[in-house]
Amino acid sequence: MRPAFDEMRADSHTVREHYRGYDRWLGQQPNDVMLSRREEAEVIFRRVGITFAVYGAKDEDGHGNERLIPFDLIPRVIPSHEWVEMEKGLAQRVAALNRFIHDVYHDQEIIKAGHVPAEQILKNAQFRPEMMGVDVPGGIYSHISGIDIIRAANTDGSGSYYVLEDNLRVPSGVSYMLEDRKMMMRLFPELFSQHRVAPVAHYPDLLLETLRSVAPASVNEPTVVVLTPGMHNSAYFEHAFLAQQMGIELVEGQDLFVKDNFVYMRTTQGPKRVDVIYRRVDDDFLDPEVFRKDSTLGCAGLLRAYRAGNVTLSNAIGTGVADDKSIYPYVPKMIEFYLGEKPILHNVPTYLCREADDLKYVMANLHELVVKEVHGAGGYGMLIGPAATKAEIEDFRKAVQANPSGYIAQPTLSLSTCPTYVESGIAPRHIDLRPFVLSGKEVQMVPGGLTRVALKEGSLVVNSSQGGGTKDTWVLED
Amino acid sequence: MLSRTADHLFWMARYMERAENTARMLDVNYQASLLPQAADAAEKGWKGLLGISELTGDFAKNYGAVTPDNVMRYMVSDAQNGSSIRNCLQAARENARAVRGTLTTEVWETQNQTWLEFQRMVASESFLRDPSNLFEWVKFRSHLSRGVTVGTMLQDEAFHFLRIGSFLERADNTARLLDVKFHAVESEYYGGSNGSGAKDIEVDFYHWSGILRSVSGFEVYRKAYRNVIRPEKVAELLILRPDMPRSLAACMHEVVTNLKMVANEQSTETLRRAGRLQADLQYGRIDEILATGLHAYLTQFLDRVGTLGVGISRDFLVPVAA
Repeated sequence: MRPAFDEMRADSHTVREHYRGYDRWLGQQPNDVMLSRREEAEVIFRRVGITFAVYGAKDEDGHGNERLIPFDLIPRVIPSHEWVEMEKGLAQRVAALNRFIHDVYHDQEIIKAGHVPAEQILKNAQFRPEMMGVDVPGGIYSHISGIDIIRAANTDGSGSYYVLEDNLRVPSGVSYMLEDRKMMMRLFPELFSQHRVAPVAHYPDLLLETLRSVAPASVNEPTVVVLTPGMHNSAYFEHAFLAQQMGIELVEGQDLFVKDNFVYMRTTQGPKRVDVIYRRVDDDFLDPEVFRKDSTLGCAGLLRAYRAGNVTLSNAIGTGVADDKSIYPYVPKMIEFYLGEKPILHNVPTYLCREADDLKYVMANLHELVVKEVHGAGGYGMLIGPAATKAEIEDFRKAVQANPSGYIAQPTLSLSTCPTYVESGIAPRHIDLRPFVLSGKEVQMVPGGLTRVALKEGSLVVNSSQGGGTKDTWVLED
Repeated sequence: MLSRTADHLFWMARYMERAENTARMLDVNYQASLLPQAADAAEKGWKGLLGISELTGDFAKNYGAVTPDNVMRYMVSDAQNGSSIRNCLQAARENARAVRGTLTTEVWETQNQTWLEFQRMVASESFLRDPSNLFEWVKFRSHLSRGVTVGTMLQDEAFHFLRIGSFLERADNTARLLDVKFHAVESEYYGGSNGSGAKDIEVDFYHWSGILRSVSGFEVYRKAYRNVIRPEKVAELLILRPDMPRSLAACMHEVVTNLKMVANEQSTETLRRAGRLQADLQYGRIDEILATGLHAYLTQFLDRVGTLGVGISRDFLVPVAA
């Protein structure tokens, strides 16, 4: 494996152009000042209650399960010319994905053209037959998309961005992007007067605009709400945060009911119509009439109202068919098929264990591949070959052989690193990037996204549920 | 506003107010326990306090002997006691967390920080060495919580439900305090004035001034009456004076004012009952109340406040499915 690409340093003597200003500033900061800033950040995050819940975990006093996501003081900096390119690539990719989902639930041209095998789509657990023939406003399904991007080193020492994963169901993390920026500006205002950092604080505005733009056509002044599973959900902070920032109601399933195929919420002044639901509840739990019968998180009759075109769900039902790891390898083909363009952002080369040749290769090379469960999320159900023990590799071999179509494999691309505060001082740690792409009347995004960092030395797992932290992400104007 | 949101706001305010009143009563008992008094008188005070919250049985089961430290442990930091300050502050914070999007950042952060700091303060039992300090702190956190609400929240429905919660709870707590303190000394009610010895007058003074202090009413009493402390005046101040912020009359005034602001189609009866209760206080006289019996009066008042709570819940907070 090649050494990782470092975002800040080209080699031990040379700081990359876009990090020079920051590096100079950092060199002038006494260590104890930075230390006390770290503590200050932690106190503020706790007081503000920027926490996430870990399933099954308890904190020190044994009552709850709220944890802080570690916040790192050193920003991840992206030069503006790189972002401009990435932004184009993201808009292109998400446009194609939306076309794909529409196609899957209508004429299935891409199957007829032989670009994606029919059973890959129709037998996919995320495929929702209930959505066949349903028209959604503007033909947009994934209004909020989180596209995970990594940068890996090339042989010549340069780096290239790759899309690692598309998240088209209920991608989370945007609140950390916003809070991290707020924290940086609070701790280090002088940095922002010295650097031209592109602002991100207007994200909730763009989000509200997007949600309003996809309301049912007959509604003039749409009522938009955020639907949360409740305060015990791991992303509850974010749901509450976004509702507050947009000035709209945060509802739970029990607050909603459906009457004559319209959705209403129970208010202190009687029932009120709801037109757009930014739902942060998975498809399976949305409507006990159609999906899981035991769900109390959704609202009975929601799908009826949805199919009647009386309410918009954001994201639409059934988007999971496009962000599944087994569909991911086909995204470059989708871009060519639907848009007639060459993909701007590249995929990581991927082996599909369902195909005999690929499976053979994967079995022979488990020790140097990353193997992922097709439906896994949050960094669970994956094997990182080079870091795994013999026993772990053998366990995975059995699992893959038992169900090959449940797995894909990729070469171990080392995620790029960024200097990060750790116990022993400042050291490089692996990072990724999740930009949030909004699709309504038009495609919009704020510059940058959420940078996640794996705080354990050598670790490539950046998920917050597994000890990952976050960094402020700067797109620096040239 | 969502009914569930209103419910959380209402209970957030109630729990915060309850924490404050519990701290106030504990403080008064603790202060009284520092005065020279017979052991049984002191114990009576602590027992009365448990009685106010209807916890005598539960306490006896878990702690046995009524000692100041035991009662304070039980009422301050015991996680098993649903009425402990700890559980009130936690419940206030959990309710706030459920609707943090409706609160201003300042209100939420105040509530959250109160809970975080409280846990630190009672992590060891060192608070028992200077409990007054902790009680003061709880009072001030409650002041802060109310102040930041009034100072930062838009005066919309959310605000009114918070206010209704605060004042309904306060009315309930003041009534309970009065009931237990007057009840405790019923036999010697007019003891001091019957000219039985200087010792009794002294005990009376500390008893009544203690009640006043627990509702921050000692200085208010002096200012309002410019007279020695008389039980019937204490009762009048805490029941009927509209300008005394913790009196039943003042609380009901706030409840009615805020209820009117959120009235809906089905709340007519609840509003009527609240208005009636307020009118009874506005036009009541202390000699009449005492003549019918204070305990009976307060018991009835608590029933009526309880009914109001049920009505508010039915009309606004947990409406029957449409």
